[in-house]
Amino acid sequence: MWLFNSSIGRKFVMSITGMALVLFLLFHASMNFVLILSESGYNWICEMLGANWYALVGTMGLAALVLIHFCYALWLTFQNRAARGTSRYEETAKVWGVDWNSKNMLALGFVVLGFLCLHLYNFWFKMQFAELTGLHTGAFDPQNGAAYVKYLFSGVVTADNFDSSMLTMPSWSHPVYCALYLVWLAAIWFHLTHGIWSALHTMGFNNLIWFNRIKVISCVFASLIVLLFAAVPVYYLAVFCGIHC
Amino acid sequence: MDQHINIKVKVWRQAGPKAQGHFETYELKNVFQGASFLEMIDILNEQLISEKKDPIAFDHDCREGICGMCSLYVNGHPHGPDQAITTCQLHMRKFHDGETITIEPWRSRAFPVIKDLMVDRGAYDKIMQAGGFVSVNTGGVPDANSIAIPKPVADEAMDAASCIGCGACAAACKNGSAMLFVSAKVSQLALLPQGKVEAARRAKAMVAKMDELGFGNCTNTGACAAECPKSVSLANIARLNREFICAKFQD
Ligand code: HEM
Ligand code: SF4
Ligand code: FES
Repeated sequence: MWLFNSSIGRKFVMSITGMALVLFLLFHASMNFVLILSESGYNWICEMLGANWYALVGTMGLAALVLIHFCYALWLTFQNRAARGTSRYEETAKVWGVDWNSKNMLALGFVVLGFLCLHLYNFWFKMQFAELTGLHTGAFDPQNGAAYVKYLFSGVVTADNFDSSMLTMPSWSHPVYCALYLVWLAAIWFHLTHGIWSALHTMGFNNLIWFNRIKVISCVFASLIVLLFAAVPVYYLAVFCGIHC
Repeated sequence: MDQHINIKVKVWRQAGPKAQGHFETYELKNVFQGASFLEMIDILNEQLISEKKDPIAFDHDCREGICGMCSLYVNGHPHGPDQAITTCQLHMRKFHDGETITIEPWRSRAFPVIKDLMVDRGAYDKIMQAGGFVSVNTGGVPDANSIAIPKPVADEAMDAASCIGCGACAAACKNGSAMLFVSAKVSQLALLPQGKVEAARRAKAMVAKMDELGFGNCTNTGACAAECPKSVSLANIARLNREFICAKFQD
């Protein structure tokens, strides 16, 4: 099967899974942005994507995509190191036009994955998982996502119905969460500015005329996704500062 | 103005394919900056021979940038620190008095060292033998107007055909990938009507051989095109991907 035993086939799997994740991120980022515009709108989305069968199928699909992308990333990187041979160059120079992120996609991927675990604990466990199992994982009703996000990033509590014994985050931890999420987004930005153009190139969509255009499109697309995501923690960081500073 | 300079040359010495290699540093006095880089190694070798030492083995042939025989990783760059030239076109005016110049062979699993700075680039020939040709008998020379080819297409095919098969792309690549070379060889034929007919078969056969010989998977970092002495474009790699993926979907 060419998707396993040819180099271009393996790269093709990498690019398809990567681009599918990029589309998911755009979808996810747009939903997050709704929180700033309307809290009730955001809670409506939380309800839609709670423990419904389609949300669950989607979640399983995403898990599969990340798993395939991750396994192929390790496999490709391992093969590529072996292809360099046993002796390394004594002296290597910076090559003009080779971006730093393109050489560190695996490392960036690991940073993304690390924060992803934190994120799954913060949100997926306390929202979808809590709703599925009926487990009491947080102070808020699992469908009241707006109240929870607000509390996590700014410490402000506005829900009518909550368990105050679980509101245990010290106040300094709210801006720390904002900062952690921003670092995560920076890693995603670096991964995607190379990743999106690389994926298109791997799929064969490139030529002399479109070469620079595709680089610009990838950069704009990656920045758009990251800025939409970043808006939420930045907004609540400002709210936090408004209260405490 | 070109001057006479004193330099140190740090060279990889390896007695044979299985021998353990090491660096050796030689001093070279009064080298004229107008000399070519390979002439500098010739001078060094004469010095070594007069000292009854083994001269340094390195590849070269035409010494005018067309055959693809010269190699050498000079100060961290294949074909030296200059852009878009081969090692044989590099001159000593790129270096300054008192400099230590590091010279290494290509290091890639598919290019094993034969001796000192000489590596076996037969892998590229094997890829060509697997499909880098047009198998139909083209007969006599037809009238030039009988097959019309638009100028931009002809130019792109010609640029791809400027690849001299030197191996710098795989040597520069952090993944040891030969994609730039293979894509240039696939493109120079796939773009033209005579080569298009067998484009799918050619892409599949050459990629299969490339993978079999132990080259890495391309991650589009672009070091190959930046270091290529003929400035072969990365756009060829997209064309190869396209040819290959379409061919596989058609199977
Ligand atoms: C939200 C998650 C992620 C998204 C949206 C994403 C997206 C992408 C995209 C679009 C590519 C380009 C594919 C190509 O070069 O053809 C890529 C490549 C890559 N990704 Fe990810 N990725 C994600 C997570 C990860 C993770 C968790 C890892 C591993 C730890 C990882 C490792 C890599 C590596 C090593 C490459 C380079 C592969 C190559 O160029 O051959 N990624 N990613
Ligand atoms: S593509 Fe460039 S670097 Fe690679 S073999 Fe051809 S001429 Fe040499
Ligand atoms: S010796 Fe022929 S290209 Fe350098």
